[in-house]
Amino acid sequence: MIAIVDYGAGNLVSVKKALDWLGQDCLITSDPRRIAEAVRIVLPGVGHFASTAALARYGLQAAIADAIGRGVSFLGICVGMQWMFERSQESPETPGLGLLPGECERFPASVKSPHVGWNQLEAAPSSRLFRGLPELSYVYFTHSYRVPITETTTAGCEYGGRFSAAVERDHVFGVQFHPEKSAEVGLALLRNFCTL
Amino acid sequence: MLTKRIIACLDVDRGRVVKGVQFEKLRDAGDPAQLAKAHSESGADEIVLLDISAAHQHRATLLDTVRRTASQLFIPFTVGGGIRTLEDAAAVFSAGADKISINSAALADPALITRIAERFGSQAVVVAIDAKRRENGSHWEAFTHGGRSGSGRDAVAWAGEAELRGAGEILLTSMDCDGTATGFDCNLTRAVADSVRIPVIASGGAGGAQHFVEVFRAGHADAALAASIFHYGFSRLRDLKQQLGSAGIAVRWPC
Repeated sequence: MIAIVDYGAGNLVSVKKALDWLGQDCLITSDPRRIAEAVRIVLPGVGHFASTAALARYGLQAAIADAIGRGVSFLGICVGMQWMFERSQESPETPGLGLLPGECERFPASVKSPHVGWNQLEAAPSSRLFRGLPELSYVYFTHSYRVPITETTTAGCEYGGRFSAAVERDHVFGVQFHPEKSAEVGLALLRNFCTL
Repeated sequence: MLTKRIIACLDVDRGRVVKGVQFEKLRDAGDPAQLAKAHSESGADEIVLLDISAAHQHRATLLDTVRRTASQLFIPFTVGGGIRTLEDAAAVFSAGADKISINSAALADPALITRIAERFGSQAVVVAIDAKRRENGSHWEAFTHGGRSGSGRDAVAWAGEAELRGAGEILLTSMDCDGTATGFDCNLTRAVADSVRIPVIASGGAGGAQHFVEVFRAGHADAALAASIFHYGFSRLRDLKQQLGSAGIAVRWPC
Protein backbone atom coordinates (compact mmCIF):
# COMPACT_ATOMS: atom_id res chain seq x y z
CA MET A 1 0.00 0.00 0.00
CA ILE A 2 1.14 3.53 -0.82
CA ALA A 3 0.35 6.02 1.95
CA ILE A 4 -0.62 9.50 0.76
CA VAL A 5 0.00 11.62 3.83
CA ASP A 6 -2.88 13.92 4.78
CA TYR A 7 -1.84 16.77 7.09
CA GLY A 8 -4.72 19.09 6.28
CA ALA A 9 -2.88 20.98 3.53
CA GLY A 10 -4.91 21.42 0.39
CA ASN A 11 -6.34 18.85 -1.87
CA LEU A 12 -5.03 15.29 -2.10
CA VAL A 13 -7.69 13.94 -4.45
CA SER A 14 -5.65 14.51 -7.60
CA VAL A 15 -2.64 12.54 -6.33
CA LYS A 16 -4.86 9.61 -5.35
CA LYS A 17 -6.64 9.78 -8.70
CA ALA A 18 -3.35 9.51 -10.59
CA LEU A 19 -2.16 6.55 -8.48
CA ASP A 20 -5.57 4.87 -8.89
CA TRP A 21 -5.25 5.35 -12.66
CA LEU A 22 -1.89 3.55 -12.50
CA GLY A 23 -3.58 0.65 -10.70
CA GLN A 24 -1.73 1.27 -7.42
CA ASP A 25 -3.14 0.31 -4.04
CA CYS A 26 -3.11 3.65 -2.20
CA LEU A 27 -4.71 5.33 0.77
CA ILE A 28 -5.06 8.94 1.94
CA THR A 29 -4.23 8.82 5.64
CA SER A 30 -3.31 10.92 8.66
CA ASP A 31 -2.76 7.86 10.85
CA PRO A 32 0.92 7.22 11.80
CA ARG A 33 0.14 3.48 12.10
CA ARG A 34 -0.93 3.27 8.46
CA ILE A 35 2.23 5.15 7.45
CA ALA A 36 4.24 2.57 9.39
CA GLU A 37 2.66 -0.20 7.25
CA ALA A 38 3.16 1.53 3.90
CA VAL A 39 5.53 0.18 1.25
CA ARG A 40 5.84 3.66 -0.25
CA ILE A 41 5.00 7.12 1.04
CA VAL A 42 3.89 10.17 -0.94
CA LEU A 43 3.81 13.56 0.77
CA PRO A 44 1.85 16.02 -1.36
CA GLY A 45 1.59 19.65 -0.50
CA VAL A 46 0.31 22.93 -1.75
CA GLY A 47 0.15 26.24 -0.01
CA HIS A 48 2.30 27.60 2.76
CA PHE A 49 5.45 25.99 4.26
CA ALA A 50 4.04 26.69 7.74
CA SER A 51 1.32 24.07 7.07
CA THR A 52 4.02 21.36 7.39
CA ALA A 53 4.19 22.13 11.15
CA ALA A 54 1.13 19.85 11.42
CA LEU A 55 3.33 16.87 10.50
CA ALA A 56 5.28 17.10 13.76
CA ARG A 57 2.14 17.83 15.78
CA TYR A 58 0.28 14.69 14.69
CA GLY A 59 3.20 12.26 14.97
CA LEU A 60 3.41 12.01 11.19
CA GLN A 61 6.96 13.36 10.98
CA ALA A 62 8.24 10.63 13.32
CA ALA A 63 6.39 7.94 11.33
CA ILE A 64 7.81 9.24 8.04
CA ALA A 65 11.37 9.56 9.40
CA ASP A 66 11.16 6.04 10.85
CA ALA A 67 9.90 4.57 7.55
CA ILE A 68 12.63 6.33 5.54
CA GLY A 69 15.15 4.95 8.03
CA ARG A 70 13.85 1.43 7.25
CA GLY A 71 14.36 1.99 3.53
CA VAL A 72 10.77 2.78 2.51
CA SER A 73 10.65 4.85 -0.71
CA PHE A 74 9.47 8.41 -0.23
CA LEU A 75 8.26 11.06 -2.68
CA GLY A 76 7.68 14.67 -1.64
CA ILE A 77 5.64 16.83 -4.04
CA CYS A 78 5.85 20.66 -4.13
CA VAL A 79 5.83 21.84 -0.47
CA GLY A 80 6.31 18.15 0.37
CA MET A 81 9.68 18.29 -1.41
CA GLN A 82 10.61 21.60 0.22
CA TRP A 83 9.93 20.07 3.66
CA MET A 84 12.67 17.46 3.02
CA PHE A 85 15.20 20.32 3.32
CA GLU A 86 16.31 22.17 6.44
CA ARG A 87 14.11 25.26 6.27
CA SER A 88 12.31 27.77 4.04
CA GLN A 89 12.45 31.54 3.87
CA GLU A 90 8.65 31.37 3.64
CA SER A 91 8.37 30.36 7.30
CA PRO A 92 11.78 30.47 9.03
CA GLU A 93 10.27 29.41 12.38
CA THR A 94 9.01 26.09 10.92
CA PRO A 95 11.83 23.54 10.67
CA GLY A 96 11.89 21.12 7.73
CA LEU A 97 12.75 17.43 8.07
CA GLY A 98 16.39 18.28 7.30
CA LEU A 99 16.93 15.04 5.40
CA LEU A 100 18.65 16.99 2.62
CA PRO A 101 20.91 20.00 3.16
CA GLY A 102 19.69 23.37 1.95
CA GLU A 103 17.12 26.13 2.33
CA CYS A 104 14.13 27.10 0.16
CA GLU A 105 14.31 30.62 -1.15
CA ARG A 106 12.04 33.21 -2.76
CA PHE A 107 12.08 33.91 -6.52
CA PRO A 108 13.97 37.07 -7.50
CA ALA A 109 11.88 40.22 -8.03
CA SER A 110 12.77 40.15 -11.75
CA VAL A 111 10.11 37.48 -12.46
CA LYS A 112 6.41 37.17 -11.63
CA SER A 113 5.74 35.03 -8.60
CA PRO A 114 4.21 32.49 -8.18
CA HIS A 115 5.79 30.49 -10.99
CA VAL A 116 2.66 29.02 -12.59
CA GLY A 117 2.45 26.91 -15.71
CA TRP A 118 4.30 24.39 -17.85
CA ASN A 119 8.07 24.72 -17.87
CA GLN A 120 10.80 22.57 -19.36
CA LEU A 121 13.09 20.36 -17.31
CA GLU A 122 16.62 19.24 -17.86
CA ALA A 123 16.83 15.84 -16.24
CA ALA A 124 20.12 14.08 -15.55
CA PRO A 125 20.42 10.83 -17.52
CA SER A 126 21.26 9.06 -14.25
CA SER A 127 17.92 10.00 -12.65
CA ARG A 128 15.85 6.96 -11.69
CA LEU A 129 12.64 8.97 -11.44
CA PHE A 130 12.98 10.14 -15.07
CA ARG A 131 14.01 6.77 -16.45
CA GLY A 132 12.65 6.33 -19.98
CA LEU A 133 11.47 9.95 -20.17
CA PRO A 134 12.83 12.59 -22.58
CA GLU A 135 15.65 14.68 -21.08
CA LEU A 136 13.66 17.83 -21.90
CA SER A 137 10.11 17.31 -20.68
CA TYR A 138 7.39 19.85 -19.87
CA VAL A 139 5.77 19.65 -16.44
CA TYR A 140 3.28 21.77 -14.49
CA PHE A 141 4.51 24.02 -11.66
CA THR A 142 2.73 26.26 -9.19
CA HIS A 143 4.92 27.63 -6.35
CA SER A 144 6.36 30.82 -4.84
CA TYR A 145 9.50 29.37 -3.19
CA ARG A 146 12.13 27.08 -4.61
CA VAL A 147 15.03 24.83 -3.72
CA PRO A 148 18.34 26.00 -5.22
CA ILE A 149 20.50 23.62 -7.25
CA THR A 150 22.15 21.25 -4.74
CA GLU A 151 24.24 18.08 -4.96
CA THR A 152 21.02 16.02 -4.84
CA THR A 153 19.43 17.82 -7.83
CA THR A 154 18.54 15.45 -10.67
CA ALA A 155 16.42 17.85 -12.76
CA GLY A 156 16.84 21.59 -13.08
CA CYS A 157 14.45 24.23 -14.39
CA GLU A 158 14.94 27.85 -15.46
CA TYR A 159 12.78 30.67 -14.07
CA GLY A 160 14.59 33.72 -12.74
CA GLY A 161 17.69 31.53 -12.55
CA ARG A 162 17.99 27.76 -12.32
CA PHE A 163 16.48 25.85 -9.43
CA SER A 164 15.85 22.24 -8.40
CA ALA A 165 12.83 20.71 -10.13
CA ALA A 166 13.67 17.24 -8.79
CA VAL A 167 16.02 15.80 -6.17
CA GLU A 168 16.99 12.20 -5.42
CA ARG A 169 19.11 10.49 -2.79
CA ASP A 170 18.96 6.73 -2.30
CA HIS A 171 15.25 5.90 -1.92
CA VAL A 172 14.21 9.50 -1.18
CA PHE A 173 12.77 11.64 -4.01
CA GLY A 174 11.30 15.10 -4.32
CA VAL A 175 9.66 17.00 -7.18
CA GLN A 176 8.79 20.70 -7.15
CA PHE A 177 6.25 20.31 -9.96
CA HIS A 178 2.98 18.37 -9.89
CA PRO A 179 3.37 14.99 -11.62
CA GLU A 180 -0.34 14.30 -11.04
CA LYS A 181 -1.08 17.37 -13.23
CA SER A 182 1.67 16.90 -15.83
CA ALA A 183 -0.14 14.68 -18.32
CA GLU A 184 1.70 11.60 -19.70
CA VAL A 185 5.11 12.72 -18.44
CA GLY A 186 3.84 13.02 -14.88
CA LEU A 187 2.07 9.66 -14.96
CA ALA A 188 5.22 7.98 -16.31
CA LEU A 189 7.26 9.52 -13.49
CA LEU A 190 4.77 8.29 -10.86
CA ARG A 191 4.87 4.85 -12.49
CA ASN A 192 8.66 4.90 -12.15
CA PHE A 193 8.38 5.82 -8.47
CA CYS A 194 5.94 2.93 -7.91
CA THR A 195 8.37 0.40 -9.37
CA LEU A 196 11.55 1.60 -7.64
CA MET B 1 11.48 28.56 -20.24
CA LEU B 2 7.99 29.04 -18.85
CA THR B 3 5.54 28.46 -21.69
CA LYS B 4 2.38 30.34 -22.58
CA ARG B 5 -0.65 28.25 -21.70
CA ILE B 6 -3.53 27.46 -24.05
CA ILE B 7 -6.66 26.76 -22.05
CA ALA B 8 -9.75 25.04 -23.44
CA CYS B 9 -13.01 26.17 -21.87
CA LEU B 10 -16.15 24.05 -21.69
CA ASP B 11 -19.44 25.86 -21.03
CA VAL B 12 -21.67 23.34 -19.33
CA ASP B 13 -25.44 23.40 -18.79
CA ARG B 14 -27.07 20.58 -16.84
CA GLY B 15 -24.21 18.22 -17.49
CA ARG B 16 -23.74 18.87 -21.22
CA VAL B 17 -21.26 21.10 -23.03
CA VAL B 18 -23.12 23.81 -24.91
CA LYS B 19 -22.02 26.26 -27.51
CA GLY B 20 -23.76 29.57 -27.98
CA VAL B 21 -24.55 30.40 -31.58
CA GLN B 22 -25.59 33.93 -32.33
CA PHE B 23 -29.36 34.42 -32.36
CA GLU B 24 -29.89 30.69 -31.80
CA LYS B 25 -30.44 28.48 -28.86
CA LEU B 26 -27.50 26.86 -27.13
CA ARG B 27 -26.42 23.91 -29.21
CA ASP B 28 -25.36 20.66 -27.62
CA ALA B 29 -21.65 20.03 -28.17
CA GLY B 30 -21.15 16.86 -26.20
CA ASP B 31 -20.12 15.20 -22.99
CA PRO B 32 -17.76 17.29 -20.81
CA ALA B 33 -15.67 14.33 -19.63
CA GLN B 34 -15.07 13.10 -23.19
CA LEU B 35 -14.37 16.57 -24.57
CA ALA B 36 -11.97 17.47 -21.75
CA LYS B 37 -10.01 14.28 -22.36
CA ALA B 38 -9.94 14.88 -26.12
CA HIS B 39 -8.70 18.46 -25.60
CA SER B 40 -6.01 17.23 -23.22
CA GLU B 41 -4.86 14.66 -25.77
CA SER B 42 -4.65 17.26 -28.52
CA GLY B 43 -2.46 19.52 -26.40
CA ALA B 44 -4.59 21.73 -24.12
CA ASP B 45 -2.46 22.88 -21.19
CA GLU B 46 -5.43 23.24 -18.91
CA ILE B 47 -9.21 22.78 -18.85
CA VAL B 48 -11.75 25.26 -17.50
CA LEU B 49 -15.32 24.08 -16.97
CA LEU B 50 -17.85 26.88 -16.53
CA ASP B 51 -21.28 25.91 -15.26
CA ILE B 52 -23.82 28.19 -16.88
CA SER B 53 -26.93 26.52 -15.41
CA ALA B 54 -28.35 29.44 -13.47
CA ALA B 55 -30.48 27.44 -11.05
CA HIS B 56 -28.94 26.05 -7.89
CA GLN B 57 -30.94 22.80 -8.10
CA HIS B 58 -28.53 21.59 -10.81
CA ARG B 59 -25.62 21.60 -8.32
CA ALA B 60 -25.66 17.81 -7.85
CA THR B 61 -25.46 17.34 -11.62
CA LEU B 62 -22.50 19.73 -11.77
CA LEU B 63 -20.60 17.89 -9.03
CA ASP B 64 -21.20 14.60 -10.83
CA THR B 65 -19.92 16.17 -14.06
CA VAL B 66 -16.81 17.49 -12.27
CA ARG B 67 -16.15 14.06 -10.77
CA ARG B 68 -16.51 12.27 -14.11
CA THR B 69 -14.36 14.85 -15.91
CA ALA B 70 -11.62 14.91 -13.26
CA SER B 71 -11.34 11.13 -13.08
CA GLN B 72 -9.65 10.90 -16.47
CA LEU B 73 -7.90 14.26 -16.63
CA PHE B 74 -4.25 14.69 -15.63
CA ILE B 75 -3.75 18.37 -16.42
CA PRO B 76 -4.89 21.32 -14.29
CA PHE B 77 -8.68 21.55 -14.05
CA THR B 78 -10.58 24.70 -13.04
CA VAL B 79 -14.30 24.82 -12.27
CA GLY B 80 -16.37 28.00 -12.15
CA GLY B 81 -19.98 29.15 -12.11
CA GLY B 82 -22.30 29.44 -9.15
CA ILE B 83 -19.64 29.18 -6.42
CA ARG B 84 -20.89 31.53 -3.71
CA THR B 85 -19.47 30.18 -0.46
CA LEU B 86 -16.47 28.36 0.98
CA GLU B 87 -18.69 25.26 1.21
CA ASP B 88 -19.56 25.45 -2.52
CA ALA B 89 -15.83 25.65 -3.26
CA ALA B 90 -14.98 22.76 -0.94
CA ALA B 91 -17.56 20.54 -2.68
CA VAL B 92 -16.05 21.31 -6.09
CA PHE B 93 -12.51 20.61 -4.83
CA SER B 94 -13.49 17.28 -3.30
CA ALA B 95 -15.13 16.33 -6.61
CA GLY B 96 -11.66 16.70 -8.20
CA ALA B 97 -11.16 20.32 -9.30
CA ASP B 98 -7.67 21.79 -8.81
CA LYS B 99 -8.81 25.40 -8.90
CA ILE B 100 -12.10 27.22 -8.58
CA SER B 101 -13.09 30.36 -10.42
CA ILE B 102 -15.26 33.00 -8.75
CA ASN B 103 -16.70 36.18 -10.21
CA SER B 104 -19.96 37.74 -8.95
CA ALA B 105 -19.58 36.25 -5.46
CA ALA B 106 -16.09 37.75 -5.12
CA LEU B 107 -17.32 41.21 -6.12
CA ALA B 108 -20.21 40.95 -3.65
CA ASP B 109 -17.97 39.65 -0.85
CA PRO B 110 -14.25 40.15 -1.60
CA ALA B 111 -13.30 38.40 1.67
CA LEU B 112 -14.50 35.14 0.05
CA ILE B 113 -11.25 35.16 -1.98
CA THR B 114 -9.22 35.16 1.24
CA ARG B 115 -11.34 32.50 2.92
CA ILE B 116 -10.91 30.06 0.03
CA ALA B 117 -7.21 30.91 -0.39
CA GLU B 118 -6.49 30.33 3.31
CA ARG B 119 -8.08 26.91 3.20
CA PHE B 120 -6.97 25.65 -0.25
CA GLY B 121 -4.02 27.90 -1.14
CA SER B 122 -3.85 30.88 -3.51
CA GLN B 123 -2.86 28.60 -6.40
CA ALA B 124 -6.40 27.18 -6.23
CA VAL B 125 -8.24 30.52 -6.47
CA VAL B 126 -8.91 32.10 -9.86
CA VAL B 127 -10.78 35.40 -9.85
CA ALA B 128 -12.72 35.82 -13.09
CA ILE B 129 -13.36 39.37 -14.27
CA ASP B 130 -15.82 40.20 -17.06
CA ALA B 131 -14.71 43.63 -18.26
CA LYS B 132 -16.44 46.07 -20.60
CA ARG B 133 -15.04 49.32 -21.91
CA ARG B 134 -16.82 52.34 -20.43
CA GLU B 135 -18.89 54.43 -22.83
CA ASN B 136 -16.52 57.37 -22.60
CA GLY B 137 -13.85 55.01 -23.95
CA SER B 138 -11.50 55.20 -21.00
CA HIS B 139 -10.99 52.31 -18.62
CA TRP B 140 -13.06 49.15 -18.19
CA GLU B 141 -15.80 48.25 -15.75
CA ALA B 142 -16.12 44.83 -14.06
CA PHE B 143 -19.51 43.21 -14.66
CA THR B 144 -21.32 40.52 -12.68
CA HIS B 145 -24.00 37.87 -13.26
CA GLY B 146 -22.81 36.74 -16.67
CA GLY B 147 -22.32 40.30 -17.87
CA ARG B 148 -25.82 41.45 -17.00
CA SER B 149 -25.00 43.97 -14.24
CA GLY B 150 -22.30 46.57 -13.92
CA SER B 151 -20.48 46.56 -10.59
CA GLY B 152 -19.23 50.14 -10.83
CA ARG B 153 -15.71 48.81 -10.12
CA ASP B 154 -12.77 49.58 -12.36
CA ALA B 155 -11.58 46.22 -13.75
CA VAL B 156 -7.85 47.00 -13.36
CA ALA B 157 -8.26 48.21 -9.78
CA TRP B 158 -10.41 45.18 -8.95
CA ALA B 159 -7.74 42.81 -10.32
CA GLY B 160 -5.21 44.47 -7.99
CA GLU B 161 -7.50 44.08 -5.00
CA ALA B 162 -8.18 40.43 -5.89
CA GLU B 163 -4.42 39.78 -5.92
CA LEU B 164 -3.98 41.43 -2.51
CA ARG B 165 -6.82 39.35 -1.10
CA GLY B 166 -5.18 36.11 -2.18
CA ALA B 167 -6.18 35.32 -5.76
CA GLY B 168 -3.64 33.12 -7.54
CA GLU B 169 -4.65 34.01 -11.11
CA ILE B 170 -6.94 36.40 -12.97
CA LEU B 171 -9.21 35.10 -15.74
CA LEU B 172 -9.98 38.23 -17.72
CA THR B 173 -12.79 38.20 -20.27
CA SER B 174 -13.38 41.10 -22.62
CA MET B 175 -17.13 41.49 -23.03
CA ASP B 176 -16.50 43.77 -26.00
CA CYS B 177 -14.59 41.08 -27.89
CA ASP B 178 -16.32 37.94 -26.61
CA GLY B 179 -18.00 36.00 -29.40
CA THR B 180 -16.63 38.22 -32.18
CA ALA B 181 -13.70 35.97 -33.22
CA THR B 182 -11.88 39.20 -34.16
CA GLY B 183 -9.13 38.88 -31.57
CA PHE B 184 -8.53 39.37 -27.86
CA ASP B 185 -8.64 42.84 -26.27
CA CYS B 186 -4.89 43.40 -26.03
CA ASN B 187 -5.20 46.84 -24.42
CA LEU B 188 -7.37 45.54 -21.60
CA THR B 189 -5.18 42.47 -21.12
CA ARG B 190 -1.98 44.50 -20.99
CA ALA B 191 -3.48 47.03 -18.55
CA VAL B 192 -4.32 44.22 -16.12
CA ALA B 193 -1.25 42.03 -16.74
CA ASP B 194 1.12 44.95 -16.14
CA SER B 195 -0.60 45.96 -12.92
CA VAL B 196 -0.52 42.61 -11.07
CA ARG B 197 2.21 40.06 -10.31
CA ILE B 198 -0.02 37.00 -10.66
CA PRO B 199 -0.71 35.30 -14.02
CA VAL B 200 -3.41 36.73 -16.26
CA ILE B 201 -5.48 34.50 -18.55
CA ALA B 202 -6.92 36.40 -21.53
CA SER B 203 -10.36 35.39 -22.77
CA GLY B 204 -12.90 36.55 -25.34
CA GLY B 205 -12.42 37.08 -29.04
CA ALA B 206 -10.17 34.21 -30.13
CA GLY B 207 -10.61 33.44 -33.82
CA GLY B 208 -7.24 32.30 -35.10
CA ALA B 209 -3.61 31.66 -34.24
CA GLN B 210 -2.59 35.26 -34.93
CA HIS B 211 -4.92 36.46 -32.15
CA PHE B 212 -3.05 34.29 -29.66
CA VAL B 213 0.30 35.61 -30.87
CA GLU B 214 -0.98 39.20 -30.40
CA VAL B 215 -2.35 38.67 -26.91
CA PHE B 216 0.90 37.05 -25.74
CA ARG B 217 3.14 39.68 -27.40
CA ALA B 218 1.15 42.93 -27.14
CA GLY B 219 -1.23 41.93 -24.36
CA HIS B 220 1.43 40.44 -22.04
CA ALA B 221 -0.95 37.55 -21.24
CA ASP B 222 0.43 34.51 -19.44
CA ALA B 223 -2.27 32.25 -20.83
CA ALA B 224 -5.15 32.47 -23.28
CA LEU B 225 -8.51 30.76 -23.13
CA ALA B 226 -10.98 29.89 -25.85
CA ALA B 227 -14.13 27.83 -26.04
CA SER B 228 -15.95 27.60 -29.33
CA ILE B 229 -12.93 27.56 -31.67
CA PHE B 230 -11.85 24.26 -30.14
CA HIS B 231 -15.23 22.53 -30.57
CA TYR B 232 -16.26 20.46 -33.58
CA GLY B 233 -12.61 20.27 -34.69
CA PHE B 234 -13.14 23.78 -36.08
CA SER B 235 -9.61 24.80 -35.18
CA ARG B 236 -7.64 22.05 -33.60
CA LEU B 237 -5.46 22.76 -30.63
CA ARG B 238 -2.61 20.78 -32.09
CA ASP B 239 -2.50 23.00 -35.19
CA LEU B 240 -2.72 26.13 -33.06
CA LYS B 241 0.24 25.11 -30.93
CA GLN B 242 2.30 24.28 -33.99
CA GLN B 243 1.56 27.71 -35.43
CA LEU B 244 2.43 29.44 -32.17
CA GLY B 245 5.68 27.52 -31.99
CA SER B 246 6.55 28.60 -35.54
CA ALA B 247 5.76 32.21 -34.60
CA GLY B 248 8.35 32.03 -31.81
CA ILE B 249 5.94 31.80 -28.87
CA ALA B 250 7.14 29.34 -26.20
CA VAL B 251 4.47 26.65 -25.92
CA ARG B 252 4.40 23.12 -24.57
CA TRP B 253 5.06 21.29 -27.79
CA PRO B 254 5.34 18.41 -28.43
CA CYS B 255 3.36 17.52 -25.34
